[in-house]
Amino acid sequence: MERDDVIEYSLDTHHSEEHGKLIRKKIWKVTALLTVITAIEVLLGAYIKQSSDIWQVVKWSFIAMTLLKAGYIVLVFMHLGEEKKTLRYIILVPYFLFMLYLIFIALTEALAVGNALETYGV
Amino acid sequence: MAGDTSKQMDASTLWGGKVSPFSTSYGKLMMWFFLVSDALTFGGLLIAYGFTRHDAQDSWPIGEETFNSMPFLGHGYPLLYVALMTFILIISSVTMVLAVEAGHRMDKKGVVKWMIATIIGGFFFVGSQAWEWSHFIHGSEFGKVELADGAQAIVKGHFGEIKNFTVTEAGFHHKKGDVIKDDLMHEFQHAVVAGKIYNGTITLHDGSKAKIIKEADEHMELIVKKDGLKHKAGDKITDHKLARKLYYDAIYSGEAHTVIYGANLEENEYGPQQYGQFFFFITGFHGFHVFSGVMINIIILLGAISGKYHKRGHYEMVEKTGLYWHFVDLVWVFVFTFFYLV
Repeated sequence: MERDDVIEYSLDTHHSEEHGKLIRKKIWKVTALLTVITAIEVLLGAYIKQSSDIWQVVKWSFIAMTLLKAGYIVLVFMHLGEEKKTLRYIILVPYFLFMLYLIFIALTEALAVGNALETYGV
Repeated sequence: MAGDTSKQMDASTLWGGKVSPFSTSYGKLMMWFFLVSDALTFGGLLIAYGFTRHDAQDSWPIGEETFNSMPFLGHGYPLLYVALMTFILIISSVTMVLAVEAGHRMDKKGVVKWMIATIIGGFFFVGSQAWEWSHFIHGSEFGKVELADGAQAIVKGHFGEIKNFTVTEAGFHHKKGDVIKDDLMHEFQHAVVAGKIYNGTITLHDGSKAKIIKEADEHMELIVKKDGLKHKAGDKITDHKLARKLYYDAIYSGEAHTVIYGANLEENEYGPQQYGQFFFFITGFHGFHVFSGVMINIIILLGAISGKYHKRGHYEMVEKTGLYWHFVDLVWVFVFTFFYLV
């Protein structure tokens, strides 16, 4: 069977020995970064209680660190950062638009449902 | 890496358009489209979790209170185990990207080596998750207790080990004076749920009565999760003696179902019913992704060993499974934050 793949595009991803060294260096750098972020998250999670005064700050920093980790995974490990701009945006923009909308609508509704439960009982 | 858009190619292979709009192969593009749709599924699940949690507030369990055990070491290690799982998955993602890099240099040995490392990491993660589930299902030694005033509380502290049951009243199987040493914890928890325990005496399943020989509990603490007449959700009873009294008053009341041990789809000792359901569904769905990822990785490893991709002139199959494998890691990063940390 004839493959309907365009082999030229698959061959375009090849790189040389020296270039490979640079790429590997970057991979190990990102690995160290992801490990450090995870360690910070665990330390904060284990030592700062949710009843603490700075919990709100910690909570949002968890979310920020998660997004940072996700960014590195998608852009470096999945090589999306090296794809064409059009492909990058076609993957990221619709997803983020839809997710932000869903988060907004779900949290608004949850607040309303929570208030209703409080007012009328479970 | 993106290809050169201006490269001239046979128009018939390019659907008559001369160039591929994204300078990437059909297979990789379809993998991305699949991953976006899968990401929408996981996004929907996590947002549903957030919705439920948002309207439940105080009764929702807190990660570091629920997940604080390590294999072989016992309790008192908040989040360490999931941190280890997260680390294993990140490392297996790294070995995967190294396999892809080796493929770009047509280094067959490198691809095989790093694929094997990735598969081992994947199996470790699935195994860890099995332990986590088993621990979640079996629960703690104290369980969640319903106090006399109707409040529900989770219990922290050290459960004194049960040494044996000494039979004081013969039943169907056991004679008076028998010392039972097997399956003590299981029998004890069954009796508690059935309300067949009173002030140090247990009624065993065969109807015999026995005295419980047990070491003293230490550092008991109650954290109220559901309002009762006296205790409100969020209250903490940190005084060991008081906590102990409230706990055993409930157990010795003779009523059935004063304590919930572990978790199933109907109830769990950690929080509301939906908490257990979300735990099983989201981590289960993710675990299923990891498992199928490991299987796909094995198939690709076999292909690499046989030299199929080398003959083809490129290792794009490794790159495509790599995309899926990184995606599984990506999902776990979010599950880790929203289930365990926040």
